[in-house]
Order: sequence, then structure tokens, then C-alpha cells
Amino acid sequence: MNTTTQLLRFITAGSVDDGKSTLIGRLLHDSKSIFEDQFSAISKTSEKRGMAAVDLSLLTDGLQAEREQGITIDVAYRYFATPKRKFIIGDTPGHEQYTRNMVTAASTANLVVILIDARKGVLTQTRRHTYLASLVGVPHIVLAVNKMDMVDYAQARFDEIVAEYKAFAAQLNLHDVTFIPLSALNGDMVVDRGDNLDWYQGPALLELLENIEIEHDVNTSDFRFPVQWVCRPQSEKYHDFRGFAGRIEAGEVSVGDEVTVLPSGRTTTVKQIVTYDGNLQTAFAPQSVTLTLADEIDISRGDMLVRSSAHPPQVEKEFEATLCWLSEAPLDKNRKYLVKHTTRTAKALFQRLDYRVDVNTLQQHAADKLQMNEIARVSIKTQQALVFDRYDIDRATGSFIVIDEATNNTVAAGMIA
Amino acid sequence: MKLVENNLSKHTFTHLDALESESIHIMREVAAECKNPALLFSGGKDSIVMLRLAEKAFRPAKFPFPLVHIDTEHNFPEVIATRDKLAKDLGERLIVRSLEDSIARGTIVIKDESKPRNPFQSVTLLETIAEFGFDACMGGARRDEEKARAKERIFSFRDEFGQWDPKNQRPELWDTYNTRVHAGENIRVFPISNWTETDIWEYIGREKLHIPSIYFAHEREVIRRGGNVIPVSHLVQPKPGEKVEIATVRFRTVGDMTCTAPVESAARTVDEIIAETATTRITERGATRMDDQTSDASMELRKKEGYF
Ligand SMILES: Nc1nc2c(ncn2[C@@H]2O[C@H](COP(=O)(O)OP(=O)(O)O)[C@@H](O)[C@H]2O)c(=O)[nH]1
Repeated sequence: MNTTTQLLRFITAGSVDDGKSTLIGRLLHDSKSIFEDQFSAISKTSEKRGMAAVDLSLLTDGLQAEREQGITIDVAYRYFATPKRKFIIGDTPGHEQYTRNMVTAASTANLVVILIDARKGVLTQTRRHTYLASLVGVPHIVLAVNKMDMVDYAQARFDEIVAEYKAFAAQLNLHDVTFIPLSALNGDMVVDRGDNLDWYQGPALLELLENIEIEHDVNTSDFRFPVQWVCRPQSEKYHDFRGFAGRIEAGEVSVGDEVTVLPSGRTTTVKQIVTYDGNLQTAFAPQSVTLTLADEIDISRGDMLVRSSAHPPQVEKEFEATLCWLSEAPLDKNRKYLVKHTTRTAKALFQRLDYRVDVNTLQQHAADKLQMNEIARVSIKTQQALVFDRYDIDRATGSFIVIDEATNNTVAAGMIA
Repeated sequence: MKLVENNLSKHTFTHLDALESESIHIMREVAAECKNPALLFSGGKDSIVMLRLAEKAFRPAKFPFPLVHIDTEHNFPEVIATRDKLAKDLGERLIVRSLEDSIARGTIVIKDESKPRNPFQSVTLLETIAEFGFDACMGGARRDEEKARAKERIFSFRDEFGQWDPKNQRPELWDTYNTRVHAGENIRVFPISNWTETDIWEYIGREKLHIPSIYFAHEREVIRRGGNVIPVSHLVQPKPGEKVEIATVRFRTVGDMTCTAPVESAARTVDEIIAETATTRITERGATRMDDQTSDASMELRKKEGYF
């Protein structure tokens, strides 16, 4: 592996039996990422179950409870690498009720592979997965039309599905969609191109994953630095050192830049960009650094430093957001919850449910309840002001989680509108 | 003060840089939000990487948590020596609690000295958590190690009994971590969840980290037993009929001496190990941990009991 290998995070989505597990198994196998002991374990299991060939889908099989039920019930992460990139796969189940798992896995993904069974074409689930990918703002979508072997590798069938999908996707705000015909079972167009899809000119799946441009997946222009931790060494050598440690969530910063501290609105300049490996002149997202500032102003965890010249974020106690409810206990509008947004946690009230979105039809319905796996537009009021950007501008400063103080569970994911 | 060129640019921000920044971010969240965290440190390669990440996260300040080692007393002496030296060089506080303490208290009953002690580690760990009132313990486990770990959260919630319920895990979205626990409960945090064995070795090479010598090829007395190569030690002696041989081996993990098998290897440098790892077709745990081979689900069962 060379020293410029990049990291790409992607997820797979599809209905049960569309071939997700087989596809991941195929990717791992053909890119030589499967270990001998793993392979011999699944060979044994395949044999025990009386299967003719090794069932590659067993590779992504996880916990005991699932093995007993024969289904995947959660998000699991897999790793593989090629000389060009290292990949993290979020393996999400296709089961009806698991919107929450897809939203969870998609929240950190650069790319989603949505599987379609070539015989079945665009289904309700395909629409739902696409909507969720657009809701969570996954920058790149690959529509993988699987089981092409079952439709004689016919280009006409592929074109038909592509046209159908495009008609539907036009209503959504998708930036980058690629269509690939493949057979996970036979390995056509996954890692190798195979001999059966000569009419297709585009990249095979792995080729696409290795080459798709991801540098612009984060906002590169507006500097955003939520303060995570205040570094006060209290040693003789660093007696007066007061550094603000955090990760740059967007944009870049240089020594001498004027920065504004929000919510207070005070301004100062960056004195040093401190790292363990030495002080830097310039740092950029997503580096974790420690900043020292020219003036002594009161700054603590939860504050955000932004570059004064750039587009300012909003500083508000009331805002609207799209909420995906993740918990079995439904939203209770009479209760206070906690909202954790960047490094700030505030008490919050959900004042109004504006409407609920049907994830299958994208239709909006009046709503007074919000239950697990449902998505709604809500109005929120927080006790302290939050410093945020719209989610479609910045995933890091536009997202939040909702915590139920009674159970400490994470009950919802929010995207600021 | 002299400035160092940021020799990373947006175009050369590598997977190691991305992983490093993510891990630093996680450690700082723990330091900022947890009342009384600890970093579990064994002297093994993953926990040595964790120490470097902690330096990157918190220097020039001291770590805002102690290092804690749960010592099985079945460790390789080289590993213990490295553990003590690193803690001393860094000037950080190291707390060691031994399984022997639990044995003396009667909370662990050992039937056979030559058997692995890993299954008992959870007892002493939970007792240590109670003794110091830790609400978060950071550990160097990785998701690529084993199937059951693939679904582990970065912030993994444990109930009052230290138990992990795979069905009752908090969803983890973006990089916004829910660190909240009630009194008596506890979270395990895995800052290097997303690293693979290869990443660890590449990072050790890049950062020039000092790791115990037994990770590199050396000559050692071993016996072959049930398909495994087993190091001879005061705990493992040949049974009648078994032959002691000298083999050139290195360890891929350095746990309990009675159940950690070395692999035959001539790799004497980090680069040679990376080259070997790239072509090795056996998972790290599969190769070296006899205690995980017993059943497909053995790791999962141990996790439920409070093992890391
Ligand atoms: N003919 C054909 N069958 C496939 C293909 N991909 C997967 N399958 C089969 O479809 C079934 C479901 O696949 P699986 O990977 O378990 O689907 P999942 O539920 O989406 O993970 C299995 O019997 C697979 O062998 C393909 O490309 N062609």
C-alpha cells in the first residue's frame, strides 16, 4: 500500500434477497480481502447446509441471534483495501422496519450502493432507500442492477430500469448517480468486468469505488471549528498555554486569520496551530488540531470558531429540522429532550410537528405522533442557542442527535433545514 | 517558535491521517464528557498506538485519565517491560490490577494454572472499574478482529453488570457520540474501531513507535500441539512425548502466554511485517488466539459477560 491511499466509506442498501451479502462477499473475495480461515469457515457452513458452491453471503453474517433468525438485524462494518483506497463498508439490512439502520450507516458514508434485482426493477424499497440517501445527504449514489444473469444480461432491461429510476429520482435532490449492471453471483462488473456485459461502457463497481472523487464531499470553504476540549497544561513550561482543541469540520484556517467566537460574537486572531508533530501554518478539515488565540477571551467547549470573512453560520434557539425517530418509545411533545449538536448539548422542546413524510411515496401527511422509523419536519426550541449551518450546506454543523434523559438512549437523528 | 510545513494537503490526506484524526476526536470527546475515564493499556501494539494517539490528542497537557492494566500474570515479560517503560517515559499514571488480587479475594477460582486466564479478565476489570468509579474505559479493540466486533459501536454501552446487549445498542450517527450513562453504568470506548491490522502496522512504522521485541522474528522454544505452535514458558511445559523445537517466530498479538501462538516468520522490521501482513491469508485472531477458536460465537459470549 502506498502512502497516499485514501479512505472511502460506503454502504449497501437493498431489499432482502437482492444480493447485498453476495455482492459484499464478491467484492471481498475478488479483491483478495478474504482470509483463509474465514473462507474455510464459510465453506464448511455452506457444505453443512447442502449448497453446491461456497455461499459468499455468509461472510457478512454477524451475531449469534441473527444466525439463529437467519437475518441481519443491525449495522456491521467491514474493511478492505486495494492499493488505491481503503474501504469501510457499512452493511445495512434491507428489512422493512429498519429505516433507522440505514440512516445510521448513511450518516458517515461518502457513497451508497443501492441494489436492484434486475427481474423486479424499481420497487418501493428502491424509492425508500434513495429518499433516505438523499435525506442524509450521501454525496454519491450507485444504482447496482444485480442478477443480470437472470435476464440474459439484456441491455434493454437495464435501460428500462435506468429510465424508470431517473423518472422517479428527478423529484429528489441527488448530485451524482451512476448506474452499473452486474451479477454478484457470477462476478460480472463487480471487481472484474467479465464477458457477459460487453455492451456496458462504464466502470465496474470496484473501479468506480477506487476512483470516484471525494475531496469535495466536505464543505471546503467556510471554516468551522467546534471547541471540544480546552488544553491547559498547568506545567511550568506551558504556564500560560491555553489551547482550544477540536477537529476542523469544514474549511481551513491559517495563522493570523481573524476568527469569530460564536455564540458570543467576539473576534480575535489565530496565534498558533499546535499539533504533536509541530506547529502548522495552515490546517484544514478534517484535521484535529489545537488553536491558540491572540486575545484572552472566554471560550469553552460547545463554542464554535469560524472565519470572520466567510459566510456566517446561524446562531439560534429556534429552528426547523427533519427528524428521523429511532426509538421504540414515540416522541412525546410534552417532554424535554437533550439535543447534542457538534460539541454542545442543550435541553430541547419539540414544539410543532409540521408534517410527516411517507418514505415510500414521499408524500407529506399531517402528523401529531412520531414513531420509530418515521420521518417528520419539526420545529425545535433549545435552551441555549446553537451555532449551525443548514444540513445541505454542511453535514457536520447541520446535524444533531436527540437523547432521552430518562434512559440516556439516542432516540432521533436530526438534520437542520 | 518554528513552524512546520503542513505537508499534508487536501490531496494527500491519507487513510492513516483520516483514521488518526477520527481517533483523536473520539478521545477528546471522552475527556470532555466523561467524569472519570481510563485508558486500558496492556503494552501490546494496539494499545501502544492508542498512547501515541492520546499524546496527539492532549499534548502539551498531561492525559486527562490514568492508564490501567488488568494483568493476568500470564503476560510475556517483554510486554510488561514495555508497558512500564512507556508509562514512565510519558510521565503518565499507570494503575495495575492483577488477577491474583481477585484470586486472593476469592472472586476468581482457578482450577488449572496452565489454562488461559482471559475468561477471568472481565472479573478483575469490573472490580477495578468499581474501585476507581470509572465511567468510561477506552480500549484498543478493532472491528476487523472478529465477526462479533464488526457490529460493536465506538461508544459501547454496558449495564451495571458490565454486560453488553447486542440488541440494545445505541445507534451511532455522524461523529456525534452519546456518552451519557447513569451512575454505576459504564461505557467502553474504542477509538481505533475503524483501523485494520495493516493500518496499525503502517502507523507503527510511520510514527516509529517502540513495541515489544517479540513482535519481530526471533528464535524461541516451541512445541506443536493440536495444529498450533505454542511457546514454551514456565506455564507451558512439554507433555510426555512432545518435542521442544527452536523455531523462528514472531507474535501477531501478545496476550496470555498459554494461548497466544506465534507465527513462523522471518520479518525483523516493521516494513517486513507490513509486507508479510499484506500477503497473509489468516486473520490475526484466527492465527494466534486459541481461545477464540472453540466456537464460532465464543467472542460474542465473552463480550456479553463483560470481557472487553
Ligand atoms: N442469479 C443470481 N443470483 C444471485 C445474484 N446475487 C445474489 N443472488 C442470490 O440471491 C439470493 C439472495 O442473496 P443474498 O446475498 O443473501 O441477499 P441479501 O438478502 O440482499 O443479502 C441468494 O440465493 C444468492 O445466491 C446474482 O447476481 N445472480
